[in-house]
Amino acid sequence: MSAAPLLEVRGLRKHFPLRSGVLQRTHAWVRAVDGVSFDVYPAETLGIVGESGCGKSTLARLILRLIEPDAGSVRFAGEDVRGASADRMKRLRRDMQLVFQDPHASLNPRLTIEDAVAFSLLVHGTSRAVARERARALLGRVGLEARLYGRRYPHELSGGQRQRVNIARALVLDPRLLVLDEPASALDKSVQAQVLNLLADLKAERALTYVFISHDLNVIEYVSSRVLVMYLGEIVETGTADALAQAPKHPYTQALFASAPSLDPDRRLERPPLSGDPPNPIDPPSGCRFRTRCAFAMPRCAETPPALRAVGEAHDVACYLYEREAIVGAPTG
Amino acid sequence: MAVTTALPRDLDAAGATPISYWRTVAWRLARDPATLVAGALLGLIVLSALLAPWLAPYDPNAGSIRLRLAPVGAPAHVLGTDEQGRDMLSRLLWGGRMTLVAVSGALGPGLPNTLISLSIVFVPRVVRVAESATVQVKSLEYIAAARASGAGVPAIVRHHLLANVLGPILVFASTQVSLSIILAAGLSFLGLGVTPPAAEWGLMLNTLRQSIYVNALVPALPGLAIFVTSMAFNLLSDGLRDAMEIRT
Repeated sequence: MSAAPLLEVRGLRKHFPLRSGVLQRTHAWVRAVDGVSFDVYPAETLGIVGESGCGKSTLARLILRLIEPDAGSVRFAGEDVRGASADRMKRLRRDMQLVFQDPHASLNPRLTIEDAVAFSLLVHGTSRAVARERARALLGRVGLEARLYGRRYPHELSGGQRQRVNIARALVLDPRLLVLDEPASALDKSVQAQVLNLLADLKAERALTYVFISHDLNVIEYVSSRVLVMYLGEIVETGTADALAQAPKHPYTQALFASAPSLDPDRRLERPPLSGDPPNPIDPPSGCRFRTRCAFAMPRCAETPPALRAVGEAHDVACYLYEREAIVGAPTG
Repeated sequence: MAVTTALPRDLDAAGATPISYWRTVAWRLARDPATLVAGALLGLIVLSALLAPWLAPYDPNAGSIRLRLAPVGAPAHVLGTDEQGRDMLSRLLWGGRMTLVAVSGALGPGLPNTLISLSIVFVPRVVRVAESATVQVKSLEYIAAARASGAGVPAIVRHHLLANVLGPILVFASTQVSLSIILAAGLSFLGLGVTPPAAEWGLMLNTLRQSIYVNALVPALPGLAIFVTSMAFNLLSDGLRDAMEIRT
């Protein structure tokens, strides 16, 4: 990919303090996102996959600066998002939008869906009439005929319909980048497919770039061109969707693929590839954070965390198992 | 435009709800007779309390020994007289004034005292409810979505926060009012409130207590007034809560 990246994320870090006692003293930190770097290129779909609690949603909010990072930078189309002034930020927000996971909590119960979609435009100074017109057009585009649905309240809609409203709300500002935080996870399988197809159509129509976050590997494989695998706030592997599906390198990625349900009896497993819950992000293991659940853990895994190394074209992995391979493949030797 | 003119009919056909949230609330209230009656009654009570100096036919504190405990419907005293021969209608009207400023009874009459006592007793509770409602709503994703769309704090408060927080606060505040009425009446019944001869429903109930065997109806009047007023507040807050409820 030679084009300039649309989104550049460098060393992004967010640790949440855990406070307790009368004085609200910080006694521990949750390392939600710990030194994450990646690029998103125009018109691609970058899938971010990982178990619950690995920092995916925090990452989404950090990208959009809904929460402030502790360290690192986010650049959108070459512009520094983290250091943007309030004015500049308001304009940047038109270009980056977020679709939320929970279709129930993400719509104001006291606004009709037409008003909910039009609100974003009103914020940016569009006249009421124009905002309403565009909201109605967009609702029609996502399959909610405005004449029938526009004046309804969220509680009168199904989960899938609400998620369509969320998508319309995110698109009404004509963004270039859409961050989708588990957009289909709360929906039934059949509705999920409809929403995913709608997203694919919209992407093609509007030349959108997606950052697609999900815990569901099947969904990620289906929608993404490139995939980023997260474990406890860190990236463990990145690569094209095909490369990851065919030759996953990191033991965690391998386990993820192995645990994805398959209709092929030959691919079924007798025992679960991964056992136990991920360790607590409050006090993650030293060195490689995956080592406590890894079948190939070596003594050195506990010492220093492995860095991301290239193991193929646009395929990086953070694991000592591939160190030799990486050195062979690296240009300088 | 053809589309716009066709709109209302299509909306009716689809059974869509009215346009804005507050209009929905008003629409529901208008179809709830119990709440309407409670509201009207309350309005009447408040109005008559406010207008007591003009409505009351007699001085509430001036009695005549000759006319003690006149029954309800007595000539010149529609609601009878109390144990000191004071006109009950006038005293009830003036008493409503006192009771409606609620806790002021505990500190003695006067506007500053009323304000101070009301603030001390009720503001913290209402603020606490408002705070917890706000914290809960603030963390919801639609607030984050509004921020992501570039909305500033005033716009978010106006369009997203207030409508979702005001309902619980209003309902809670109205239950507190009926509570405070009973509280104030109870205090003055025990002699901790206003000093005689001031007219106050709780105090009237106490002083007329001994006359219950002479004339049962007259002593019941202030009790009835307390009961009706606080019931009206309760019914109104119930109705408000129902009208403001939107399933999420």
